[in-house]
Amino acid sequence: MNSMQRNRLTEPNQQIPLFQQWLQQLHIDFPLLVSLFILGLTGLFVLYSASSQDLNEVQKHGIKLGFGFLIMLFLAQLSPQTLKRWSPPIFAITILMLVLVILVGVQVKGAQRWLDLYLFRFQPSELMKLVAPMALAWFLAEAAMPPRIGRLAVSVVLLSIPVVLVAIEPDLGTSLLIASSGFFVLFLAGLRWRILGGASLLLVLLAWPLWRYVLLDYQRSRVLTFLHPENDPLGSGYHIIQSKIAIGSGGLYGKGWLNGTQSQLDFLPERHTDFIFAVFSEEFGMIGATLLILLYLFIIMRGMYIASQAQDTFSRLLGGSISLTFFVYIFVNIGMVSGLLPVVGVPLPLISYGGTSIVTLLAGFGMLMSIHTHRKMLSP
Amino acid sequence: MRREQLKDYFSEARLFRNRAIVSIIMILILIGLLITRLVYLQIIDHKHYTTLSHDNRVKLIPIGPTRGLIYDRNGIVLAENLAAYRLEIIPEQVKDMEQLLAQLAQLVDIREHDLKQFKKSLRQKRTFDNIPLRFYLNDHEVARISAIQHRLPGVEIVASLNRHYPLGQTFAHVLGYVGRKDIQDLKDIDNTNYIGTSHVGKSGIEKFYENQLHGTVGFQQVETNARGRVLRVLQQTPPTAGEDLHLTIDAPMQAVAEQALGEFNGSIVTIDVRNGQILTMVSNPGFDPNQFVNGIGYKEYSALRESDSQPLYNRALLGRYPPGSTIKPFIGLAGLKYGITNEHYEIFCPGYYIIPYGEERKFRDWKKNGHGTIDLKHSLIESCDVYFYDLALNLSIDRIHPFLHGFGFGQKTGIDMPVENGGLLPSRQWKRERRRQPWFPGETLNTGIGQGFLLTTPLQLATATATLANKGKAVQPHLVLGHGLSKNNQDIDPLLNTVQQRHWDYIHTAMTEVVHSHRGTARRIANKKFKVAGKTGTAQVFGIKQEEEYEVENVAIKLRDHALFIAFAPAKHPRIAIAVVVENGGGGGSVAAPIASKIINYYMAKDPS
Repeated sequence: MNSMQRNRLTEPNQQIPLFQQWLQQLHIDFPLLVSLFILGLTGLFVLYSASSQDLNEVQKHGIKLGFGFLIMLFLAQLSPQTLKRWSPPIFAITILMLVLVILVGVQVKGAQRWLDLYLFRFQPSELMKLVAPMALAWFLAEAAMPPRIGRLAVSVVLLSIPVVLVAIEPDLGTSLLIASSGFFVLFLAGLRWRILGGASLLLVLLAWPLWRYVLLDYQRSRVLTFLHPENDPLGSGYHIIQSKIAIGSGGLYGKGWLNGTQSQLDFLPERHTDFIFAVFSEEFGMIGATLLILLYLFIIMRGMYIASQAQDTFSRLLGGSISLTFFVYIFVNIGMVSGLLPVVGVPLPLISYGGTSIVTLLAGFGMLMSIHTHRKMLSP
Repeated sequence: MRREQLKDYFSEARLFRNRAIVSIIMILILIGLLITRLVYLQIIDHKHYTTLSHDNRVKLIPIGPTRGLIYDRNGIVLAENLAAYRLEIIPEQVKDMEQLLAQLAQLVDIREHDLKQFKKSLRQKRTFDNIPLRFYLNDHEVARISAIQHRLPGVEIVASLNRHYPLGQTFAHVLGYVGRKDIQDLKDIDNTNYIGTSHVGKSGIEKFYENQLHGTVGFQQVETNARGRVLRVLQQTPPTAGEDLHLTIDAPMQAVAEQALGEFNGSIVTIDVRNGQILTMVSNPGFDPNQFVNGIGYKEYSALRESDSQPLYNRALLGRYPPGSTIKPFIGLAGLKYGITNEHYEIFCPGYYIIPYGEERKFRDWKKNGHGTIDLKHSLIESCDVYFYDLALNLSIDRIHPFLHGFGFGQKTGIDMPVENGGLLPSRQWKRERRRQPWFPGETLNTGIGQGFLLTTPLQLATATATLANKGKAVQPHLVLGHGLSKNNQDIDPLLNTVQQRHWDYIHTAMTEVVHSHRGTARRIANKKFKVAGKTGTAQVFGIKQEEEYEVENVAIKLRDHALFIAFAPAKHPRIAIAVVVENGGGGGSVAAPIASKIINYYMAKDPS
C-alpha cells in the first residue's frame, strides 16, 4: 500500500479520490474513525439499555463522545514533532497537578482524584495515562535504540513518580494503566529480555511486602473476593456473581436488546459503568460479545500498524504504547467482568459511561491519526 | 554521520517491528483466552446461569383462598367475610411524610398507637412496600379519603376480607371463631396450602370443618427486580374458595332458646329425633367471637378466662352435670326390661329409704313426708326417689351400667365438634380402677336418682332422650348438613332391642303425664294443642348431711341445685328431643321445664304438622 500510495501522490490530483484527499488534509485515518464511531454508537445503544432507557443519560454520554471526537480531531492536526516538543513541559505540569490533587484535591468515594477548577472537575491522573508514555517516548528517542542501562534507569524513575502519586490517591486501576503504558514504551524500545526477566523476578519477590504493607484493605479484599467470590455473595462478591450470571445466561444469541433480565431488573451492579460488558453479553450473547472483541482487536491492529509505519522513534513508541494500553483496558475490563481477573476499576473503552476516560482514549487515537497522517512522503 | 543515522533508523525500525510482533502474538493469545472464557460461561455453563438468572427474578406469591361461608338451616348467614378497609402508605411516592400524616389526621382518626406502629414499619420495610397506617376504616372515613385520593399520592385504601359473625354471641359456642394462625396451628395444617392464609379456625365448627372451609391456595408467579419490587405477573393459578357450610341449627329457634335461658348460666340442646340434626345448641354465658378474629387484647382475654361463669366454655359439650331425676325414665325402663318391677308393682314411700340388712343410713326422698303407696308410673310423675332407690338396688350397678351405656351415657356422642366430654357412667370396674375401692350399694342408690358419680353433658342428655323417644333407635347428633354424619344410621343397641314395645309405651305415657297430669312435676307447661313427654330433674350441687335441712335462703347462689328438664314432642310421634340444664336454677319443674316449653312451643308453632 505504501508504494502504491506514494506513487499515487505524485500523480495528478484527480487520480486520487477526492474523499481520500479530504481525509488526508483533515489528518483523519478513515478505518480508525469508522471503527471508533461504530464503537461509540454501540456504546450509546448499550447504555440506553443499561440505564433502564434513560435517554438523558444517553444524551450526556453522547455529548462526551462528541467532545472526545473533537479533541481527537484537534490532536490529529498537531504534528508528532509538536507533540514531542511539548512532552517534557506537559509531563512536568501534570506531575505538579498530581501533587496538588493529593494536597488540595476533592474527595469522592474515599479517593482523592479530582482537582476542582471551578468551571469543571479535572482528573490529572487520567491525563497522565497519555502524558507518561509521551514523556518516556521523548526521553528514549533522544538516544539510539535499544536504550542503555543508565537511560533505562532514569526512565523507570520518571515513570514511577506518577505511578506512585496516582496509587496514593488511591486509584490502583489508573496507576496500573499508567505503569503499563510506560512499560510498553520501554518494551517496544527494545528493553533487553534478560533485564525484563530480572525485573519480573524482582516484582515477584516484592509482591509479598507490597500485598502486606502497600495495598489498602479494599484493594486486598477485591483480590480475595476475586479468588473466592462465593464467600461474600452479598458484599463485593455480589458484583462478580451477578455479572457471571448475566454473561452466562446470555448464551449464544443473547436475550435481545433491552431484554436482559439481570440488567433490566437491577441485579447487576455498576452496570452502566465498569460492568457494561455484562449487559452487552447478556443481551447480545456470545456472538455479539465476540464481534465486539473483534472490533476492538481491529482497532488495536490498526494502531499497531500505524505505529510500525511511523517514521521516527518517538511516534513509533508513542503509537505502539497507545495501542497496547488500549488492549490492556479491554483485557482487564472483560477479564474482570467475566471473573478471570480481580475487580479493578477499569472501564470498557468508549462503551462504559464516564467522561474522562472517553476523552483520554480518543485523545490517544487523535495522536495515532496525527502520527499516520503527518508522514513525509518521499518523492520519486 | 548521516549514514550511521540511517543505519540506526533501519535497525531501530526492525527492532520495533520484532517487539510489535511479540506484542501482537501476546494480544491474540489473551483475546483467545477471553473468548474461551465466553465459551465457558455462555455455552458450557449456559444452563446453570440461566437457572440462576431465572431464580433471581421469578418469585411465587401465594393468594389465600376465600373462606367458605356458614349458614343456618334456613340460609341465614352465621359467618361471613366482610370487606375491611385499611389505610396504607407507599413511602417512595410521598414527598413530605410529616405533612401527609398531618393531612390524613384531619380526615381519619389516627391514634398515637397507629402512628408508633407505622413509624416502626416505615424503618423496617422497603420504600415501595405498602405500610398500613390505620385498620378498620369506617365508611365515612373511606369516603372522605377516596374523595381526595387523587391529591394524595402514595395513599391507598386496601380492602381485605375479614371473618365476621353477624349473630355474635348467639352462635359463639357452635361456630367457634377464627384467629391468626400461630405456631400451634402450623403443626396441624398443610403449610403450603396455608401460606397465603392469615386466619384458621380455632374452635367450634370453624375448627372442625377447617379443611372444607379453607379452600385451596392460589399462586402468582411474578417477576421482581433486585430489590424485590413486583414488576409484572407471569402466570397465575387462582385460589379455590372454601366450601360453604349449612348448619342443622335453626337460627331463630336458637335465639328463642338463648332468650329463654336468659340470665341463667346453663345449656339447651334440641335435636331432631328422626335424623340427629341439632336444632339448637345454647351455652350461657357466651362471648362475642368477633373480638377474637383480629386478636383479642390481653386484658379482655383474661377477663373472659378468669370469669367465674366461664363464658369461653361450651357447656353443651363440656359441661358435666349430674342428671338428677331426669335419669329416672331410663332406670324405670331398665327395671321393666329386667322384670325387677312391672306396671303394677307398688312400694310404700315413707320419705326415706334404708338399705335392707345394711347400715342404719337413711336415703331421703325430696318429699319429706313421703309419697305413700306408689307404682312406677306415679313415681315418674311425682319423681319419687324412694321407688328408684329400691329399683336401683334390685337392678344393681352391673345391670344399670350396660343399660345406660346403651343410651350413650358415659361416651362421647361423636358430634362434629373439635372437643367433647364423655361424661361419667360409673361401674364396679370403673370404681375399682379409678378409685381403688369396692362398689358400695349406697352408690347404686345415688346412681338410681341421677346423683353420685353419674355425670352427663347436655348433649348426651338430649341424645339419650332422642333414643328414648325413638324407642331405642339411636341417631347420630350432628351440626352440619350433608357432611357424612348426616347419614341416617338408626342403629338399635342390642340391649335396647330386647326392650318390649309395651315397656317403651309405658315410660312414654308416664313421661307424658309428668307434663299433662295434675300431679306431674312439669304440669305448669301443659298445653292443649299438643302433648309433650318430659321429666324434670333437680341435681344437688353439693352434698347435704343426712340431718341437715336444705334451706334455699341459706345457700349461696353458686351452690343452689341445678334445674334440669328433658322432653320430647309431640309425645305420640316425636320429632324433637330437648335437654335443658339451668345451673343453680333451683327446681327442674319450676325453672327448667318452662324454658324448654318456650322452645318446644316455638318449634311446634312453626312446624305444626
